[in-house]
Amino acid sequence: MLYDSTKCIGCKACMGACNAANELELDTEASGGLWHTPLDLNEHAKNIIKLYQDESTGEHAYVKRQCMHCLDPACATACMLGAYAKREHGIVTYEPDYCIGCRYCEMACPFGVPKFEWSKLAPKMVKCELCKHRIAEGKGPACCEVCPVGAVIFGQREDLLAEAHKRLEDDPERYVPKVYGEHEAGGTQVLYLAGVEFEKLGLPAYGDEPVPGTVRTVQHAIYQGFVAPVALYVGLAAAMLRNRFANEADREEHQ
Amino acid sequence: MSAHAPAHPRPKRWWTPTKEAAQYAPPVPLGGPYFGWPLLVLLALAALGGALIVWRFAAGLGATTALNDGYPWGLWIAFDVVTGTALACGGYAIAILCYVLNRGKYHPLVRPAILTSAFGYSIAALFVMLDVGRPWLIWKVPLFFWHWNRHSVLLEVALCIMGYAIVSWIEISPAFFERMMHSKRPTIRAVGERGLSLVQGFLLWIVALGVLLPMMHQSSLGSLLLLSGPRLDPLWNTPLLPLLFLISCVGMGFGATVLESVLSSWLLEHEPKRPMLSSLGRAMVPVVGVYLAIRIGDLVRRDQLGALFALDGASILSLVELALFVLGAGLLVTERQRADLGNLFRAAIVLLVAGALYRFDVFLVAFRPGSHWHYFPSVTEILITVGLVAAEIAGYVLLIRFFPILSAGRHAAPAR
Repeated sequence: MLYDSTKCIGCKACMGACNAANELELDTEASGGLWHTPLDLNEHAKNIIKLYQDESTGEHAYVKRQCMHCLDPACATACMLGAYAKREHGIVTYEPDYCIGCRYCEMACPFGVPKFEWSKLAPKMVKCELCKHRIAEGKGPACCEVCPVGAVIFGQREDLLAEAHKRLEDDPERYVPKVYGEHEAGGTQVLYLAGVEFEKLGLPAYGDEPVPGTVRTVQHAIYQGFVAPVALYVGLAAAMLRNRFANEADREEHQ
Repeated sequence: MSAHAPAHPRPKRWWTPTKEAAQYAPPVPLGGPYFGWPLLVLLALAALGGALIVWRFAAGLGATTALNDGYPWGLWIAFDVVTGTALACGGYAIAILCYVLNRGKYHPLVRPAILTSAFGYSIAALFVMLDVGRPWLIWKVPLFFWHWNRHSVLLEVALCIMGYAIVSWIEISPAFFERMMHSKRPTIRAVGERGLSLVQGFLLWIVALGVLLPMMHQSSLGSLLLLSGPRLDPLWNTPLLPLLFLISCVGMGFGATVLESVLSSWLLEHEPKRPMLSSLGRAMVPVVGVYLAIRIGDLVRRDQLGALFALDGASILSLVELALFVLGAGLLVTERQRADLGNLFRAAIVLLVAGALYRFDVFLVAFRPGSHWHYFPSVTEILITVGLVAAEIAGYVLLIRFFPILSAGRHAAPAR
């Protein structure tokens, strides 16, 4: 998915389409029961359009937020039973049957995407799964299909990346010279173009390292093939046996 | 095997303590009074906590806690699970001293420390059940091994906490069997004898596991936050988190053991084991020293000294943390300081608070989900925590009165 903030007109048609396609209830809390106005991604919003506005300079831009579908997702590294995994088309999907609701994915995701159904007694996690049910039917994600100005388009990552770089080349005045998601946090399958700095849009300046890199390095160093824990266990038991025999011998000597 | 050897009147012991340890009298039940008013207060708090637990399941997490999508982990995880299990590391720390390093003089501390671990870990496991949104699927975590995500640090933590909760109750089980052997009923006596000799047969392997499991997951509790690295304050975000968590939990285990020994000798009027506690105090100094060297060395290496002295919220908390560790160790430097029971007690408290603050800082302060998110625990979260800690203390007091946990003291008469 490629989102071009400079094309987005903030009509929020994608938000309604997302809720309809994913059978999500509407979040009407902020509007006093009138219409769907989530303030952030939440249990009723897998997709949201936000406005960035600097009143002193008049600078403003829209930004669409949803799951970034990381190439190396932190949520899938966190999840105990693999409820999250990268499956067909690289979509980061969620299977509630293997989710105990620990919310470690929320702690792990660098983009704050997975949300928990706080209001429910049998809660699940809620996050964009790129309309996998629609893709299975040969359709595209609802947000991409409904967008009236083509601000968000669906396709293969390499094609979208080429398209993004072409836009940057064709109209360098219009854009911040970067495709967000090409390298950030190890690369994401959702790519962004914008006319204002990405950090102002809530897309932090992450390095090129995948988020799970550090923990994998550390855990591999300690638990490679489970050799160290087993060796430690044998060592501990051996030390204890040796101590026991030493103490026994010591006792007998003095009896 | 030995269960079928009725020729021996007493089953073979799994462990032969050093001569030093053999000088101490064996543990005996402390005896009554069983129900005083402090216990009733504790039980009342526990009952309130229990009622609120029912409400948590009836109304859901959103209605009963202050947790939110910015701070999905709060008091229950940061205090009851992460800090609680570290406080319960006394059993682990004393087992290393006593069995792995063969320091027999600490032998009388083993049972009280293991009992603290057993309670601490069981309560932690209970809090995990309360905190997760879909607890009816928890059984899949240990059983669906073909679904295990081997990269998941939380999976390792979960399996180790479950495992050690079970291991620590097996470690303390000889105390229950010994008590049964003094029962008036012959059937209970027989069960006690059988149970004891059965457990003696494999206890060494269990105790070794009881050292391994906390070593694995206490470090992994630090590794948990490595995945949150991009959103963690640089003052705390280091690949050395697992090492810092491991070292500080050993310090907290010693601290908890000293605290608990001093408290029980004061409250229950038995002789404090002063020399034993002073040398424990001495062991804490190098542990805290190594912790501080790594913590400060890491800040220097990552060029964070500027941030450390920036005197904003994060900097002040880090400085308080470091100051508490320095103060705690500073109270234990000289022989004279360590001879003073009150001083030992203060040092233990300071070091426990230091370790707890470090864990709170990493899990709740360093974690930055965005400025529009806020978290302060709800009354329900706090009262359930208070209730379950009260239940833990009440259970501990009852068990040491009924079962042979504490070594013989002035007041202790075997209740037979």
